[in-house]
Amino acid sequence: MSHPSTYNPGSGFEKWLDRRLPIVRMGSDFMDFPTPKNLNYWWTFGGILTVCLVIQIITGVVLAMHYTPHVDMAFASVEHIMRDVNYGWLMRYVHTNGASMFFIAVYIHMFRGLYYGSYKEPREVVWILGVVIFLLMMATAFMGYVLPWGQMSYWGATVITNLFSAIPLIGDDIRTLLWGGFSVDNPTLNRFYSLHYLLPFAIFGVVAIHIWGFHTSGNNNPSGVEVKDIKKDTVPFHPYYTVKDGFAIVVFFILFAAFVFFNPNGLGHPDNYIEANPLSTPASIVPEWYFLPFYAILRAITFDIGPISSKLGGVIAMFSSILVLFVLPWLDTSKVRSMRFRPVARMWFIIFVVACLALGWLGGKPAEGIYVMWAQIFTAYYFGFFLIILPLLGLMETPKQLPRSIAESVLKSPNTAAPDHVAPAPAE
Amino acid sequence: MKSITITRTLIFAALAGLVGVTGADAAGGKAKKVEHHHWHFAGPFGTYDNDALQRGFQVYETVCSSCHGVELVYFRNLGQTGGPFHLDRCPTGVADTVDCANPNENPVVKAIAANYKFQVTDGPDDSGDMYQRAALPADRIPSPYPNEQFARLANNNALPPDLSLITKARHHGPDYVYSLLTGYGETPETIEIAPGQYYNPYFHGDLSQSLKAQYVDEEGHPIDGVDVPLGGVLAMAPPLADGIIEYTDGSPQTVEQYAADVTEFLMWAAEPKMEARKALGLMSIIYLLILAGILYWSYRKVWSDQH
Amino acid sequence: MTTSDIQEDGEPTRRDFIHIFGAVTAVAGAGAVVWPLVSQMNPDASVLALSTKEIDLSSISVGQAIKVMWQGKPVFIRHRTAAEIEEANATPLGALKDSAARNENLAGSIDATDDARVTPANGEARPEWLVLVGVCTHLGCIPLGTASGENRGDYNGWFCPCHGSHYDTSGRIRKGPAPENLLVPPYEFLSDSLVKIG
Repeated sequence: MSHPSTYNPGSGFEKWLDRRLPIVRMGSDFMDFPTPKNLNYWWTFGGILTVCLVIQIITGVVLAMHYTPHVDMAFASVEHIMRDVNYGWLMRYVHTNGASMFFIAVYIHMFRGLYYGSYKEPREVVWILGVVIFLLMMATAFMGYVLPWGQMSYWGATVITNLFSAIPLIGDDIRTLLWGGFSVDNPTLNRFYSLHYLLPFAIFGVVAIHIWGFHTSGNNNPSGVEVKDIKKDTVPFHPYYTVKDGFAIVVFFILFAAFVFFNPNGLGHPDNYIEANPLSTPASIVPEWYFLPFYAILRAITFDIGPISSKLGGVIAMFSSILVLFVLPWLDTSKVRSMRFRPVARMWFIIFVVACLALGWLGGKPAEGIYVMWAQIFTAYYFGFFLIILPLLGLMETPKQLPRSIAESVLKSPNTAAPDHVAPAPAE
Repeated sequence: MKSITITRTLIFAALAGLVGVTGADAAGGKAKKVEHHHWHFAGPFGTYDNDALQRGFQVYETVCSSCHGVELVYFRNLGQTGGPFHLDRCPTGVADTVDCANPNENPVVKAIAANYKFQVTDGPDDSGDMYQRAALPADRIPSPYPNEQFARLANNNALPPDLSLITKARHHGPDYVYSLLTGYGETPETIEIAPGQYYNPYFHGDLSQSLKAQYVDEEGHPIDGVDVPLGGVLAMAPPLADGIIEYTDGSPQTVEQYAADVTEFLMWAAEPKMEARKALGLMSIIYLLILAGILYWSYRKVWSDQH
Repeated sequence: MTTSDIQEDGEPTRRDFIHIFGAVTAVAGAGAVVWPLVSQMNPDASVLALSTKEIDLSSISVGQAIKVMWQGKPVFIRHRTAAEIEEANATPLGALKDSAARNENLAGSIDATDDARVTPANGEARPEWLVLVGVCTHLGCIPLGTASGENRGDYNGWFCPCHGSHYDTSGRIRKGPAPENLLVPPYEFLSDSLVKIG
């Protein structure tokens, strides 16, 4: 909710500046923003994601000072960073594991939005901007993974860019355009490097609008009930949520540090420590773990659908799995936001989470035999959840009684529900 | 609290998913599961065993370097902090203007570089020709072959891979290298392999096409009671044998010891900053735990008026 | 701070302490993170490995000079003839534009005698070997005179073509806009024919 400004310029300079550039007012109002008092730990991932973005940008700028975007030198320059540059190994491991941490956080953030109905009126635009950020993140991560010019970099880039050739009529031309040649080669590496540097700043911009968006609509909250009384239902963002987010960020950093310092290559693939070789394909090409669910959907379409070949069908399915998120606010017909009060929907949601995890697991398996069948089943469920279950459930289910206000939901006796800030909400 | 149980289950499933991802199998034939050796560098507190690094370099230089390069490693790396020949202070007899802790001045490293079995190609000189010269600490450890084509020509069209990153470029890298080096044995009698090829149960390959004719049916499938042996064939002859390298420190001169030492050296070659990484990691985690504790306390205080 | 953190008399309580402690700890951590971010810009190990250079002098005959690259700059090494040494020694200090030795191997303010220009970090002056950073002290051009046949200027040393600075056989500025003598880099003799620069 837009709230009346609480800023009072103190000194003469602040008054002078406030008439010309009310930047202190902006910061002050941000800190005082009335935030629902019942946000649980799942809500801290927004702050965690912002920190992830900043870490990626800072370490990325540092790495760019030492990296050489040329097919003959890229691999060696990454190893130069690992071996010769002061703290280069640290910068690089933070950056590569930072991408994984970023995706862990964004997936939790998205599941939280799904579970608590954060995409529903009046936050449709905030949700859509989030999906835009997610798409930009995927593009950035994909291009970043190409830069070390290892075997997985090269063959991953080859496979993904070849997807575009599935587009009828203009597919081959688009692929040539992306490559800047007739295969993944130096021009491709150069443009990926350029875009990999650019896109994070685009993400930064969209994040700012994303935050502006929910500062206009107000935060959703675990009860899904709108703020009725600012005094009773909300607390100022600072210090209540700065300290809570701060704590959560530090706990997240412990996980982050455990990977960076003690298992820095655990989330990567050994083949990327072999320099790219256009004459030899690795035994199996797998993307980074955070793309595996989508990779499984891509490979699940093994059959032609009318005039659509299986190749094009896979591409369509993969892109649709993200595009469907854009229209989610209009697919879900339920007026109740939080699945806490939609027991039936909650069951379907839990199956949905399991389906996503299962797709991720299947994406890392060879596309053969029983794996393909399971991928098809879970892919069907993935789309069914959005296109059938959510539209119908809203019309058919009977939600539980909603609390009258956020304050009431917090004050409920501990026998019926634990206070939100102590126990995390179920099922994410 | 049913909901919490569900949460736990899901978190567990998520973690299991992550682990499963990294364990993705390579397609193709099956190789024998690698043997898990206990490494000095394993675990969050593991460090490199400096004596093993020195012996490992000796094994590399005496045996492996005839076919395999370590082109990402420079001689100076041998003398850097954590390197096999790092010196904190100079041995007696070295001029006191020399800073032996500096890998570029380290007399041991300089001697290794100057006497290395291969020289460095430098140039062009004033007459436009390339020339050979003794290596300096600032040089890469020279590879045995000038280029891939030459390497293939010398090895019956097989390419001996560079070993700089080999322990990170294979699943369970150190265990794999150790298992491969110690795993050569009798060729199973069910298979027929070409001359210049050697059977190793740990090498990733597909031996279903190598079965002798009497063990396959008309469609090329193995007949009943015959299994395709694990592993594959490679062009590298068993490189180690007991006693072929003389250790001066009294360590056993066995294939197992050689293999363990050279693996330790190759792990260092792939990840020379590991010790610094773990040390910094330990400090970081301790710091973060303390900060988390303080912030949690602070958080409880801030929120105490809200419940 | 919320109002509840402050007691009614306005004194900070123990509650304040934990928040301040938390903030200070976090800021200290952030400060520690800045160090690697800055340190990474320092010369890396591969650059440091080339910060010294060993040069074999045995192939430089008397009267000849060579140019080698050291830390990205040219270094002139001249095997001087007896006549060149004599000429340098004969020059009175009063005739010099810059009377400082400009030799990195010597500490303190030393006069620009020829001996002071050819003293390595270890041992006595070796007048037959003159070692100079080949960058004109005026605006950074590379003076001529190292290769045979090049213009060696009015004082038989080096001549900078950019703005006409003349250096003598000891690399001292004698005429033209350059303010200082050519710099003598740190160097030491590892043996009679092997010199280490840097």
